[in-house]
Amino acid sequence: MSVNETYQRWRYRYVPDHLLGEILAKNWVDNAIPVLFLVLAIAVFSTIIPGFFTIGSLSTIARVLGEYMFICIGMTLVLKAGGIDLSVGSNFALCNFAGLYLVNALGMPLIVVIPAVLLLGGLVGMLNGLLIGYMRLRAFLTTLVTLILLRAIVELLSLNYGVQASYSDTAVPAWDYLGLASVMGVPVSLVFATIVAVMIHILMTRMRFGWHLSAVGGSRRSAYNVGLPVKRIVAQTYVMSGVLTAAGALFYASRLGSIGGSVGVGLEIVILTAAVLGGNSLGGGRGSVAKAIIGTVIVVLVTNALVRLGLRTGTSELVLGLILLAAVAIDVKWVKNRLKILNRAYVSPTYFALPPCPETVEGSSSVYEVNDRLSSAEAIGLGELDGPEDIILDEDDNLYCGSRHGDVIRFFAPDYKRHEVYVHIGGQPLGMAFNRDQELVVCVGGMGLYKVTKDRKPVKLSDETNRSLFSVIDDSRMRLADDLDIAPDGRIFFSEATIRYEIHDWILDALESRGNGRIICYDPHDGSSRTVLSNLQFPNGITMVGDDESFLFAETWGCRISRYWYAGPRKGQTEVVIPDLPGYPDNINRASDGSFWCAVIGMRSPTFDLAQRMPQFRRRMVYRVAADEWMYPNMNAGCLFKFSLEGEILDVLWDRDGVKHPSITSMREHKGRLYLGGLFNDRIGVYDLPGADPEWTGIKHYWGDKQDKGDKTDE
Amino acid sequence: MTAHQKTRLSLNQEQMVLAISGALFVIFSLTLDSFFQVSNLVSLLQNVSMLGILAIGMAGVVIGRGIDLTMVAVMVFSTGWSFVLFTGGMQIELALLLGLLLALAIGTVTGILVAYVEIPDIFATLAMATVITGLGRFALVPSDNIFISGDVGWLASLGTGSVAALPMPVVLFLVVACAAFVGLRLTRYGAFVYAIGDNPMASRNSGIPIRPIKVLMYSSSAFIAFCAGLIMAMTVSSVNTKLASSTMIYDIILVVVIGGIGLAGGKGSVRNVLSGTLLIGLLLNGMTIMNISYSAQNIIKSLILLLAIIVDSVLNPRDEQTSQQGDI
Repeated sequence: MSVNETYQRWRYRYVPDHLLGEILAKNWVDNAIPVLFLVLAIAVFSTIIPGFFTIGSLSTIARVLGEYMFICIGMTLVLKAGGIDLSVGSNFALCNFAGLYLVNALGMPLIVVIPAVLLLGGLVGMLNGLLIGYMRLRAFLTTLVTLILLRAIVELLSLNYGVQASYSDTAVPAWDYLGLASVMGVPVSLVFATIVAVMIHILMTRMRFGWHLSAVGGSRRSAYNVGLPVKRIVAQTYVMSGVLTAAGALFYASRLGSIGGSVGVGLEIVILTAAVLGGNSLGGGRGSVAKAIIGTVIVVLVTNALVRLGLRTGTSELVLGLILLAAVAIDVKWVKNRLKILNRAYVSPTYFALPPCPETVEGSSSVYEVNDRLSSAEAIGLGELDGPEDIILDEDDNLYCGSRHGDVIRFFAPDYKRHEVYVHIGGQPLGMAFNRDQELVVCVGGMGLYKVTKDRKPVKLSDETNRSLFSVIDDSRMRLADDLDIAPDGRIFFSEATIRYEIHDWILDALESRGNGRIICYDPHDGSSRTVLSNLQFPNGITMVGDDESFLFAETWGCRISRYWYAGPRKGQTEVVIPDLPGYPDNINRASDGSFWCAVIGMRSPTFDLAQRMPQFRRRMVYRVAADEWMYPNMNAGCLFKFSLEGEILDVLWDRDGVKHPSITSMREHKGRLYLGGLFNDRIGVYDLPGADPEWTGIKHYWGDKQDKGDKTDE
Repeated sequence: MTAHQKTRLSLNQEQMVLAISGALFVIFSLTLDSFFQVSNLVSLLQNVSMLGILAIGMAGVVIGRGIDLTMVAVMVFSTGWSFVLFTGGMQIELALLLGLLLALAIGTVTGILVAYVEIPDIFATLAMATVITGLGRFALVPSDNIFISGDVGWLASLGTGSVAALPMPVVLFLVVACAAFVGLRLTRYGAFVYAIGDNPMASRNSGIPIRPIKVLMYSSSAFIAFCAGLIMAMTVSSVNTKLASSTMIYDIILVVVIGGIGLAGGKGSVRNVLSGTLLIGLLLNGMTIMNISYSAQNIIKSLILLLAIIVDSVLNPRDEQTSQQGDI
């Protein structure tokens, strides 16, 4: 082994490359960029502006922050549903004026003023909502027009009533309290804004309206087609935005009491910048209160710092505009490319060197020498089946198999011409076994471990296990439960091929050749599941040895079969039985003579074996080449073999032409015949085994003498 | 609705605008004393021709399913900067060339943001308008109002000259209109713009280079904005940068939408801009004569714009099944 290869081996063993993709796949990664920006902004401002973080300075910032937070949360609601509200600036000015007029000129009590102003803001929002939600006008242009309209109205009002509104002869302590008081050092506006933020957060994430909102923003057409009141939901967001803007304006009015012409001018840009900078997407679907708050904090800090720096006029517009453009550009590109980046960054190949591949060529006198014995196999359900990955036969010789449509299908003995859907589970069955009570236990890809009761009801046994301590990805959830066998005491050991890929991407796991899989034990006595073996390379077939203390399992990408002791004196030990298969093993099942059958789904190739020793090559491939051009392992062999517990190969059966059974993923011996299943096949094969025990059945052999006979007579 | 009726309806739309213009003309002539006078009508044409030139630039973008909210900002700050340089002692030609280059650069940046970065048109241009305004106030134009002192030579005739009793700005408006007509109707570029406005994905699939064309669209609107700014500066002998934060840009959209150029793109022509300009010009002139305050004028204009958008959305309805996700 060269120095370089040794380095590769250590480097890929100890550097956890896969974590990058797993972190990128997390939902919270959206917030990471704004938070970094915030930290950066704080660091920069606190160094270049002396006294930036003094109490007095912070108190002003906090008041502005509270006011803006209201508006930005409203904007977030609108953005999330796929709209935009530019009228917030003018609406803010209008509500500011209304609040001041009601308090100063009319001397109304706050109990009237507050609801009145909120109502006014809500009415403005309702106007937008009616136009945009119900009449389907373009949000941007419409709110731009209401922006001008309201601004003109405010100008007219302040021209005519400005003097009365600007001051009051009598002090109104409650009004001043709203603007100037603090609760334990925190301004009232920020306290209220926080309360509202929590409420809206609950509304958006925990309540029906929020879910509808996400649906409308995520895919308006689908939301419409499933019957959501899209128009009403969109309209409601504008009303909420209006009310929240009014709330912000109330605090502003009570704080400054200003009716100047510049109140709220350009506020829509500030708020939009805050909302988008926080990570809320233009165009809908992505948005949260947390994002709004992060964005608002950044924008308030930046604008405040610009004022403190005392730069020339225009600076603040320039900087805000640039930040806004940059934020939108990042947002647009991020939303568009996130999945693409994720797909590429997620696949994280590692170094893996397989032992030399045994010969299979005809005439090589290898134990795996190719033959054509399976060409005589007959077909069951030809053209009617779709992906019978695993097959099993019951006591009455009926044949069960899975299908890609999420069914377990039963063929009736003796001729297997008739079939029925035994039970519909919903996910593709990948492994099957009968338990002591002759109930079918099934591993369902993407769903977990299920049991089918005698009256054909699917019952979930397990879909989660213990989460490992330092996993970034949530590995408590089962993604690809693959094959199972049941220990005599009733415990079910089943393999989960990979924790990093869903069932439709299972082949991508081959590019990583990392031990992503595990074996889980389900204990029916307390219903718990626990991972017993992890970091396996696509553990697939699993079968009990019959000594009540160990089982065999196959690792597909590892091309090996191992034995694990779950009880007895060697408990916890693993021993490799066959280290160097010429292909990728799939299911293992018992044979009538005490040995084991193992299916081979595909043959190794020198190229892919070499590629597995070159992780950087595979990484470049994933980055630069389209996914359908990637190099995958061969999945094209019709081969199975029989082996002893000592690792000796006893028999090999091939379908050389690959016509009848292009890939074999499972086989069951039953009364002298061998039944063959394949993940991509449209049939089940039947092969007459010469010299096999014609009375032997898997169930009787395994459960026979332990079984409760009374159960059987009940049937 | 049959195809035949639809054609008649769209014809009606343009005729309607002309009919309303005619009616307004008659009403104003009868009710407003100072309206039907040669001096007022000439000044009406002169005032509205600025709006018209800008609207033609806007139309070139709107037809390609875009919108350019930067036009006014580009107009005042590119010409403003030119005259700041001129006042500072630079040759007028060189100063104007630099201003023009600035305008084109801004237009190109906007176009790149829209076409390559894929920021929605309306949003990119809104943010760009803010950036240009900020940049202009910060670095290019120190005061709100630049008075043009000194001899600008033949350029002065752009604002104050006249051809056959028509003021120069009106003549230039017609020239720009003709040029735009040729550009949109008779060149490959124009055909591409219509195709992109009609169906961007289909144009892209059929091999039209939609990104470069979009950049060109925004560059040409910036070019037209610069021309309009130059003419305006020559007419009033000053550049008022406060216009950048006024509602003038909405007047331009108003002209385009009222004229009957659908915001969904692919429809309309220079003729629509002419009729829209006529109507808005009449309206603005009439309201000024009636001494309606600036704010009240804004209210009336925004209500009309709202109405125009509503009519636009009724005539070109958006369907839940076909509307684009994220189309704001």
